[in-house]
Amino acid sequence: MSSKNSQGLADKTMGSSLRALNWIAGSKILDRLRLRSQFERTVFQSTKHGMRAATSAGRSFNKATSLGKPARQKSGSGSGLFDLTPDDEQQMFIEAGQAFAADQIRPAASGADSEKATPAAILEQAGEIGVNTLGIPEEFDGVLTEQSTVTWTLMAEALAHGDMGIAYAALAPGAAATAIGRWGDPDQQASYLPAFTGENPPAAALAILEPKPLFDPFNPDTRATAGTGGHWILNGVKSMVARPGECELFIVAAATGDARPTLFIIESGSEGLTFEAEPAMGLRAASTGRLVLEDVRVPASAMLGEEGDRARIYADCVSGSRIAWSAMFSGTAQAVLDYVIPYVNERQAFGEPISNRQSVAFSVSDIAIETGGMRLANWRAASRADRGESFAREAALARRLAAAKGMDIGSAGVQLLGGHGYVKEHPVERWYRDLRTAGVMEGALLA
Amino acid sequence: MIYLETPKKFRPLVTQANHVAREIFRPISRKYDEAEHEYPKELDVLASLINGMNEGSGMGAGAAGVSGESGDEPDSGSGNRNGSNLSTVLGIIELCWGDVGLLLAMPGQGLGNSAIASVATAEQLERYGGKWAAMAITEPEAGSDSAAIRTTAVLDGDEYVLNGEKIFVTSGDRAELIVVWASLDRSVGRAAIKSFIVERDNPGLTLDRLEHKLGIRASDTANFTLQDCRVPKEALLGSPEVDVKKGFAGVMKTFDNTRPLVAGMALGVTRAALQETKRQLEAAGVEIDYDTPALCQSAAAARYLEMEADYEAALMLTLQAAWMADNRKPNSLEASMAKAKAGRTGVDVTLGCVEICGSIGLGESELLEKWSRDAKILDIFEGTQQIQLLIIARQLLDKTSAELK
Repeated sequence: MSSKNSQGLADKTMGSSLRALNWIAGSKILDRLRLRSQFERTVFQSTKHGMRAATSAGRSFNKATSLGKPARQKSGSGSGLFDLTPDDEQQMFIEAGQAFAADQIRPAASGADSEKATPAAILEQAGEIGVNTLGIPEEFDGVLTEQSTVTWTLMAEALAHGDMGIAYAALAPGAAATAIGRWGDPDQQASYLPAFTGENPPAAALAILEPKPLFDPFNPDTRATAGTGGHWILNGVKSMVARPGECELFIVAAATGDARPTLFIIESGSEGLTFEAEPAMGLRAASTGRLVLEDVRVPASAMLGEEGDRARIYADCVSGSRIAWSAMFSGTAQAVLDYVIPYVNERQAFGEPISNRQSVAFSVSDIAIETGGMRLANWRAASRADRGESFAREAALARRLAAAKGMDIGSAGVQLLGGHGYVKEHPVERWYRDLRTAGVMEGALLA
Repeated sequence: MIYLETPKKFRPLVTQANHVAREIFRPISRKYDEAEHEYPKELDVLASLINGMNEGSGMGAGAAGVSGESGDEPDSGSGNRNGSNLSTVLGIIELCWGDVGLLLAMPGQGLGNSAIASVATAEQLERYGGKWAAMAITEPEAGSDSAAIRTTAVLDGDEYVLNGEKIFVTSGDRAELIVVWASLDRSVGRAAIKSFIVERDNPGLTLDRLEHKLGIRASDTANFTLQDCRVPKEALLGSPEVDVKKGFAGVMKTFDNTRPLVAGMALGVTRAALQETKRQLEAAGVEIDYDTPALCQSAAAARYLEMEADYEAALMLTLQAAWMADNRKPNSLEASMAKAKAGRTGVDVTLGCVEICGSIGLGESELLEKWSRDAKILDIFEGTQQIQLLIIARQLLDKTSAELK
């Protein structure tokens, strides 16, 4: 977890962190809430991560022979008929995703939430289903010939039905692979894509979000300034990155002075690139953290995509991420619906099931209506993206729906279970926390 | 293959309907809002035009186009079908972007026509087809609870004798036929409720009055008394058998097809308000930006995005319900979800647009205030918001109407 060049920085931050630790450890509140052992375990993990530590030393990405021109998945065509039926291949991914979510993800969800980490075995299995290779062109051993946004969306819905935090941990590396598959130049593709389809694929992240109120992905504080020798120097902080300590590759959004920000490919272990744990109310299973860039120096070849195309790439990336998150929220909202239906039917009050009351039943109806609406609006955005049509509007609307209705659904899920919904015996309190990330998350996943 | 756009083959129809809305409905929209109960004679020309369009294309632009037994063939090898339910809803969205009241007043496009199209026999189609048919369900003491209707039908020789009172009959005074719901045997309950086709000039049918309404004033709403109103035995739609097991299924089936149409009406008026509001905002220097997060834009733009998002969700739910009907998938749940979402969205959005546009929204110089009045009925008729939530909940929770009242 450490490399030589990070040690100095870790030592510097340790001092102030220890002061804070000391204050908390000395307070009686831990004992009163019987939180001490849990707290001590957390401290152990934090210090294990070094409070702020260097990113992993990582592998050296071996550049394979460049193809000379970029490999791309084709745009889908569509029959021109209104259709809500996934194709056979998509159906296969849905079924695999559903089975995995029910058998593996859901049972591990509560533990992963409290441990703030997803078991390695689950991440491995997700890799075996191919969740992170959907956006990789065939030339680099990807499985889909046509653009993958709808397929990814359906898959993510299925996984997030199991657990959103685990799904985030599992799907985050694919965002980097898809970005390079969709927009990378021939050299970038040859350098990075083979690792994602090979043995032991890397963890990776698409880092756009920053820790500030009213964050606008089109106006990030992270800046890239031109350095000597055609290099760029990056400074800034990225937020809610999944498993930053394990990532071997980051794609980072930074303003360059152009109208739109640019995505930079940065390998872990780069000088000045550190991370710190950033546990949050939701998505805890993804071991979320901040990525800190302090004078990180990268060559011009680290800029994703061809010059002149980068403004479009960035806008498509932001919209693609919004589709991705809307898929996650649709999946978890569906989980809430599926959970509350049997509960309100079985739970008795005043001598009959509580679902015999309109106030309860109508809340269930509303969850169903809004879940259905947000899912379909997102499908529309996704399918437009796959056909190469404009999709920023549809993605933005799907995101608004997810932000507004997702949160309501999370709240209704807890409310319908009453006090039982507030305790960890049931998953609805976790879904409440996870669904609040709707409207906040930008980047990180890519459909 | 997931595709949620207007089907290519229906785009000409949508364009035509939009022209009608723009060129015929909009210019007379305010006129008939003010001149309530006056017959919009401009619609006669239009009705013949639309009948021509229907014959030419095999698609309906009005309610009459909806059929429970779509004859449309699958459009592709996968068996996917885009038929008259979808084309009708798309046409209605456009026409109601023009004016909801005028669509409802359209000759030959009554809800009674939907009922006839859904269940009529060949003989009945021969006798009644092509005539404008209104629908009479509601009574003073039976609104949402349509199983509680008191109008009776008693067989007397070769005729049924109808007695009762009917209210809220859309275009009831203008139509040539009225489909009247009546009970063959009030002791049996809903299973005995049948619908009967009554000619408007039947001497047993008396017009009591026309309502003065909040909105959709171009569309007349009639109240009738049926007193010893005699109709031939053949005027009964569907089977005369009182089948307790099947119950209400026959008559309620019509609603699975018509609810998405009412949702389409709400979508049309919602889109009209959104478009006008966007125009007003742009004139005031507020651009709606889909890239920048809503919270980083002005409060008005953020509100607009929220409303447009609800419109988008309602549109998708509505097209889903119509598409399912075309593909003969049971869609009772989805039809009610569409109606509930589109109905409440219509009210929220049109009222929200009035607020955003300020006194321009309130004033009669624009149509925004009118749209907010028109929209309210769409969350009420063809099943209120609350009835839709009940239907949805009963299905999701597997409840009977006795368990979940």
